[in-house]
Amino acid sequence: MTEKKEEIRTGFYICHCGHNIGSVVDCPAVVEYVKGLPGIAVSRDYKYMCSDPGQELIAQDIREQKLNRIVVASCSPLLHEETFRKATSMGGLNPFYFQMVNIREHDSWVHTDKNAATEKAMDMARAAVARVRFHRALEKKKAPIHPDVLIVGAGIAGIHAALTLANAGKKVYLVEREPTIGGHMAMFDKTFPTLDCAACILTPKMSSVKNHPNITMWTYSEVTSVDGYVGNFTIKVRHKPRYIIEDLCVGCMACIDACVFKQKFEDEFNQGLSKRKPVYIPFPQATPQVVVIDPEQCLKLKTGKCKESCAEACDRKAIDFNQKETIEEIKVGTVIISTGFKSFDAKKLPQYGWGIYPNVYTALEIERLVNASGPTGGDVVMRDGKHPKRIGIIHCVGSRDESTNKWCSRVCCMYSLKLAHLLHEHSEAEIYNFYIDMRTPGKSYEEFYDRLLKEGVNFVRGRVAEITDWAMNKDEEDHLVIRVEDTLAGFVRRIPVDMVVLATGLEAREDAQDVRRLFNIGCGGEGFFMERHPKLAPVDTFTEGIFIAGACQGPKDIPDTVAQAGAAAAQCLALIDAGAIELEPNTAFIDEQSCSGCKSCISLCPYTAITFDAVKKKAVINEALCKGCGTCVGACPSSSIIQNLYEDDQIFTEIEEVLAHV
Amino acid sequence: MPAKPKVALYWCASCGGCEESVVDLAEDILFVIENVDIVYWPVAMDFKKHDVVAMKDGSISACLVNGAIRTSEQEEMAKLLRQKSKLLIAYGSCAHTGGIPSLSNQFSREQILKYVYEECPSVDNPQKARPQVRLVENGRETTIPAFRNVVRALDQVVDVDYYIPGCPPTPKLLKQALLAILSGQLPEKGTVLAPDVALCEECPRKDSKPIDLAFTEFKRPHQILIDPEKCLLAQGIICMGPATRGGCEALCTKGNMPCTGCFGPTSRVRDQGAKILASICSNIAAKDDEGIQKTLEGIPDPVGTFYRYGLAQSLLRRRVDLGAEPTTEAR
Repeated sequence: MTEKKEEIRTGFYICHCGHNIGSVVDCPAVVEYVKGLPGIAVSRDYKYMCSDPGQELIAQDIREQKLNRIVVASCSPLLHEETFRKATSMGGLNPFYFQMVNIREHDSWVHTDKNAATEKAMDMARAAVARVRFHRALEKKKAPIHPDVLIVGAGIAGIHAALTLANAGKKVYLVEREPTIGGHMAMFDKTFPTLDCAACILTPKMSSVKNHPNITMWTYSEVTSVDGYVGNFTIKVRHKPRYIIEDLCVGCMACIDACVFKQKFEDEFNQGLSKRKPVYIPFPQATPQVVVIDPEQCLKLKTGKCKESCAEACDRKAIDFNQKETIEEIKVGTVIISTGFKSFDAKKLPQYGWGIYPNVYTALEIERLVNASGPTGGDVVMRDGKHPKRIGIIHCVGSRDESTNKWCSRVCCMYSLKLAHLLHEHSEAEIYNFYIDMRTPGKSYEEFYDRLLKEGVNFVRGRVAEITDWAMNKDEEDHLVIRVEDTLAGFVRRIPVDMVVLATGLEAREDAQDVRRLFNIGCGGEGFFMERHPKLAPVDTFTEGIFIAGACQGPKDIPDTVAQAGAAAAQCLALIDAGAIELEPNTAFIDEQSCSGCKSCISLCPYTAITFDAVKKKAVINEALCKGCGTCVGACPSSSIIQNLYEDDQIFTEIEEVLAHV
Repeated sequence: MPAKPKVALYWCASCGGCEESVVDLAEDILFVIENVDIVYWPVAMDFKKHDVVAMKDGSISACLVNGAIRTSEQEEMAKLLRQKSKLLIAYGSCAHTGGIPSLSNQFSREQILKYVYEECPSVDNPQKARPQVRLVENGRETTIPAFRNVVRALDQVVDVDYYIPGCPPTPKLLKQALLAILSGQLPEKGTVLAPDVALCEECPRKDSKPIDLAFTEFKRPHQILIDPEKCLLAQGIICMGPATRGGCEALCTKGNMPCTGCFGPTSRVRDQGAKILASICSNIAAKDDEGIQKTLEGIPDPVGTFYRYGLAQSLLRRRVDLGAEPTTEAR
C-alpha cells in the first residue's frame, strides 16, 4: 500500500448513551487520552451521539475543522453505524471514512470494573483511530429488487402474506410441503375467544389463494436450494410426485372408493384418530382438491402388482404411476419463511400417560375429535368407545418446565379454555382445568376466561404430578386418576376422570436447523428462527430480503401470526416498491495484476461469485454476487484479493493497536 | 574516468550456496569485474575486518549480505557494513526471510546447544563441554562470538534497502539487480527485486490445476511417481507455488519437484505459511474433524513444510517462550 499523502485529521466522539456507557466508562478520560493519539484533530464526548444534535456535531466539525476521518465510540454498529455514516456524509465526507467502536455491548454492558472498562475503551478507541487512517472512499452499489416473492409454508401466516402481496399486484410463489395448504389452523375446530369456526374463516382464504391469478401455489413441494442475495434470489423447488396429474384431478374421490385397500393407514390430518387408504385427500376442504398417493403404502408403487382399480375408476385419466419428482427454478427478490411449529411430543412425559392410557389425548387430537368434519363428526367418544363424564385438561405440557421446554407457549391457556368449553358443549361432561398460572393477555381473552368460570368449569391451580389408572378407592376404579397438588387449597388431590387432555406446548419444527442453513438465517437457543431485533425488527432476519412470520419465530396465536404475516408482506412490498437496494460496499475484488491464477479461491466461494477467466488466466469476482464473507480473502495464498473495509492494513493495524499495551 | 562503484559481499548464517550463486554468473562475472570494484568478499578475497572499518562511511555503493543473523559477530558485521554502504541488499532467503536457519526458532538456545554438544548421535563429548564466549588459559584470552537466542533476518537487525530472494537467488535475478544498481534505475526502497506475482503464473503446469482441488490425502515427493506435466497440488503434493513469489522461472516444478517456497511471499502477504495453510486447509475435501485429521496426517512437519524459509519473518517469528531477542548479551 502506498503511504497516504494527505494529512490525517480525525474526529473522535464518545457517547455516554445516557447511563449505558457513561456510568461504567469514564468518557471524559477517554476523550483526553484520545487527544494524544496521532492524527486527532477533535476529541469530544456527548450524552447521546445518535441524537440530531450529536449527529450535527460530527457534520459541523467536518466542515469547520476540515476533518477527514471520523471515529464514534458508542453502541453496536448494527444499531447506529448507518446513522453515523449519514452524519459523516452530511458533513461532506465519504461515509466510509467513518469507523465505529462498540463500547457498549463489548465494554460497559459486560464489565463492572470501571477502571478496566475505561482502559478497554481507550484500547478500542486507539485501534479504531489507527485503523481509520487506512480507510478509503467507497461507493454503495445498487441492486435491483426482483418483484416476485417466495413464501415458504402455507399455514395461516403464509396464506395471509400471500394474499396481501398478491392483492397488491405482486407475483407470489407459495410453497407447501404437505399435500394441502392450511397448516395447523385447518385442523382446529373453533378459535378463541370468539369461537368462530376455524374452517369457516380459513377455507375462503385457502380458495382465494388457489384462484388468485398472482399466486402460484405449489403443494407437496419443498425448497431445496437458495442462491443469490436480496433482490435476486435463485430458488430451486422440488415437486414431490403425488402420482396424480394435478391439472386433471377434480377431487371426485372415485379413485379412493375404488382402491383395493381397506382404510388401514393412519390419517395424519386426524392425528391418527381415523384411518385412510393409500390414495387419499387430507380433508374435505383440502386445497388443492387433488388426491395424493402414498408411495410407501400403494400396492402398485410398492410391488408393481395391483389391478389398478383406482386408475380404472378415474375417467379423467389423472392417475400417473410413473410420475417422478421434478425440480423447478425460480427467481424472486424477497422471501417470507412461515413454516410454523411442531406440537410438543407428549410421549416425552410418560407420567402423563399419553400412548399408554388410550383415553389420554393431546389437544390437537381433541381439536379433531370435537370437529364436525373430524373422525367422529364431533361426537366426543373415547378410544374405548365410551363417552366421558369427567374430563381433565392439563396445561403447560412441555411448556414452562425446566426438564422439557422453559418457555411459555402462549396459546395453551386460551386453547385449553376453548377446549373446555367445546368438550363440555359436545359431551356435557364435567371439566377440570389444571393450570400453573392463567395467562390470558389478549383482546377479550380475560373476558373469555371469566365466561368459562361462569360456565362452571373447575380450575385447579397446580402442576399435575401424574396420571394413573391405579385406583385407591372405589370411586377411582375404572378411571384415570389425576394426582396434583392444589396449591390454592394447599393439599394433594386425586381427581378421577374419564378422559385427559394434554395441552401440549409449541416447539420449533424438527428441521428448523436445516431451513435456517438453507436460507442463511439464525435460530435462537430454543430453535425458533431469530428476528433481527426483538422489538424493532420482529419479522426481519439477519439476511437481507428474508423475513419470518408466525410460529416459526416463536409461539403465537392466530391474531399475532396474521399480524406478523402482514408485517412481513409489508416489508417485502417496501423493498419491491423501492425497486432497488443499496448494497454494503464490503465486497472483495481481485487485483488482476497480482493474481497468479492459482484458482485456490474459486471453489471456496459460498456464493459462486468467483470464476476463472480462461483467457487472462486470472480469477474474477462478480461483485454483485459477493456478500463480503471474506473466505476467499483469507485463503488467497498471494493476498491478491482485497476486501473493502477489511483490508490487511486496516485489520492488522487494528489488531496491533488493540494489543499495543499487552 | 570516474572510479568504478565499490561492491562488497558478505555471509552470515548461511550454507555458502549464495556465494556459489555469484559464481554461477559464469562468464557474466567478467562483466561484473569490469564494471565494479569488489572491495570485500571474505569467501573469495583476502580482506580483513579492519579494512572495512577503515573505509569511509557510505563508500561502498552496494553490499550484498547473505545468511541470517544468529551470532554477535554476524550482528556486528551487518551493522558495520550498513554503516559503510549506500545500499545494503539482503541476498538470498536467509538474509531475506530467515531461511532454513530460522527453523531453529522452534527450539530454545539450550535445546540447540544440548543437542549439538551432547545428544547428537555422532557427538563424543563425555565432559559435556560447551564452547565459551571468553576463555582465559595460561594468560591468553580467546573469544568467540556469542550465540543468540533466536535467528533473525537481516532487516530485523539493520535497515535494508533491497532484497534478492531465493535459495539461492538465480543468476538472472542477480544480474538484473546489478544492472539496476549500475544504471541507478532502482525501484522504491524495500522492494524485493523479483516479480510480485505468485509462482503459479509462470509454472508450466498451471493449466492442469483443477478448480476444485478437494484434497483427500497429501503425499511427499518420495512417496509417489510424480506426473511431470500435472499440477503438483492436484497430485496431492504440497507445492508452495501459490503462496510464493515467482521469478525463479519455476526451476523446481520444471525439475519435477514441488516449490518449497524459497522466494518468500508476495509483497502483500504478511505470513507466507499462514497463507498457504489457509488456502490448502480450506480446500480439504473432508468436512468432519476425523476426516480432516486423517488428511492432515500427510503433512508430518507443518512448520518445516510451510515455513521452511520464512519462520523469522512470519507473524510469530519464533516460539513464544524463547525469551526476548537479546541485544545486550556480553560478547
